[in-house]
Amino acid sequence: MSAHAQAIANLTLSDALQKVQRQELSREEIYEAFDHESKLADEKYKIFLSKNPDALSQAKQRQDLPLAGLPIAIKDNFATKGIRTTASSTVLDEFVPQYSATVIKKLEAAGGVVSAKTNMDAWAHGSSTETSQYFTTLNPRNPDYSPGGSSGGSAAAVAANACLAALGTETAGSIRLPASVCGVVGFKPTYGRISRQGIVAMASSTDSPGPITKTVKDAALLYQHIAGHDPLDGTTANQPVHDLSLALNKGVKGLKIGLIYSDYQELSHLKKYYEDVLRVFEEAGAQIEATNALDPSYAIGVYTVVQRAEVSSNLARFDDVRYQKGRDFFGDEAKRRIMLGTFTLSKGYADQYYNLAQKVRTLFLSDFKQLFSRYDLLISPTTPGYATRVGSSKESALFGELADVLLEPSSVAGLPAISLPCHVDPKTNLFLGLNIMAPAWKENLVFQAAALYEAATNWNTWLKQSS
Amino acid sequence: MLLYLGKKIDILGLVSATFSDSLVKHIAKLSNLSVSDEETADFARAFNDSLPVIEKLNSLDTTGIEPTHQVTELENNLRVDQVDSSLSFTQEEALRNAKRTYQGYFVVDRLIDQD
Repeated sequence: MSAHAQAIANLTLSDALQKVQRQELSREEIYEAFDHESKLADEKYKIFLSKNPDALSQAKQRQDLPLAGLPIAIKDNFATKGIRTTASSTVLDEFVPQYSATVIKKLEAAGGVVSAKTNMDAWAHGSSTETSQYFTTLNPRNPDYSPGGSSGGSAAAVAANACLAALGTETAGSIRLPASVCGVVGFKPTYGRISRQGIVAMASSTDSPGPITKTVKDAALLYQHIAGHDPLDGTTANQPVHDLSLALNKGVKGLKIGLIYSDYQELSHLKKYYEDVLRVFEEAGAQIEATNALDPSYAIGVYTVVQRAEVSSNLARFDDVRYQKGRDFFGDEAKRRIMLGTFTLSKGYADQYYNLAQKVRTLFLSDFKQLFSRYDLLISPTTPGYATRVGSSKESALFGELADVLLEPSSVAGLPAISLPCHVDPKTNLFLGLNIMAPAWKENLVFQAAALYEAATNWNTWLKQSS
Repeated sequence: MLLYLGKKIDILGLVSATFSDSLVKHIAKLSNLSVSDEETADFARAFNDSLPVIEKLNSLDTTGIEPTHQVTELENNLRVDQVDSSLSFTQEEALRNAKRTYQGYFVVDRLIDQD
């Protein structure tokens, strides 16, 4: 049982789908394997907040659909009808949504099944899951370290083979950072590409849901089923979603790629790994060079102001009138963010803080515009370093912002991007991620480069084993 | 230099704004949050730590730059104004997560005429 369960849990989403469709594997076997494996992983790394007791029966009803009833783990800020949704805050401890988020409805319509809800930083405030009011998730690659956040439970679930694939949300780094430090793939779409309806709102002008998966192909598969215009979210665009099956095999020949932030002071120790990345793309026929971009540390200020301001407004609605528990249940991090946001929006300060931040946001947009007039894609490290030790988030009031510094510029600009493994330290088993960014709505280019890099290198744990 | 609750806040200086305990308590009130004395002191420290990062933005030239409030450039992206009953809750569903209900209604605290 155990070896068989492990082998099933180790499958990528695409491989499991193929095996189910060819009837080499039954849904019962898959759900039994994950019952077993996710329980073990949960005991070790503390990943799940709730399980869906009806998962297998739902799977059977969806067997003829494209995702064939396969189980997907969901970050606990997506409203799931009938399944408790807490956003890892005790304010929502008893909240059982009466409806499902658009993304969940789309996933289910495509044949996916919500298997479990994953731990996260409370309200998605943080980069470590340490602000969760329930427990801290550990990094399955090395449990002395943090899995990153805020979608840390989803990334850990994927890394630990506790699910086939997962969904997360990113406001500024919350998909890419945990994916990077857990050695998995995390994709953030263009802002407005995937509906936010039914997701516990954090910063409405940058919140972007997306897949966290074992491979680039799996990310493309899930993305295609959840992307697209939603009449219930006025910020989603009526842009056609590309067929990514072409992009995954297209390569990067002739593309111009710019490496940014390579001169950023904190990154000199990563230089040798990025020389390797440059070599891979060059050998594949891309033109690639280092180039200058607006100092990402300014994005920390922009993000801190904009995000807190939007948080103060979004979290104003959470009281005991509709959600059982009152505002006294907010944890420290949420209180701090609500209050700093209230301050920067208050009379006399909005100009000095909020409007200034939004003007600098324009500078980031202009900077990306000029960069994309010269390059098809931009790449950078995902994080300034490896995963941090469990407990480090207490060292700074801006811990998350500092960890996400290289991701905040592309987030405030709403760009599509992916993080995928590009190095592992053999001593600690900790991973580094490569961040690939494209102009808005050009997700296909992100997948094109990511698929090429993944296939040309040996950093992906799942592909390495099967090759 | 601005005066706020009697405290000096020089928002154009580099590391200058100071969150006093009374300012933190005032913001908590505006935010509809209750904070203990211990939290007040902790939050004041955290805000004072965060402010230099924000104030660093002053070192960039933003003359003539328009603020960006949203990045999609979509305008008037509205849905058709039609009742869709599949999106409505029954009364029972709407009340399901409420702490206090009375005869099918939400119960809320009195906000006006409290005196």
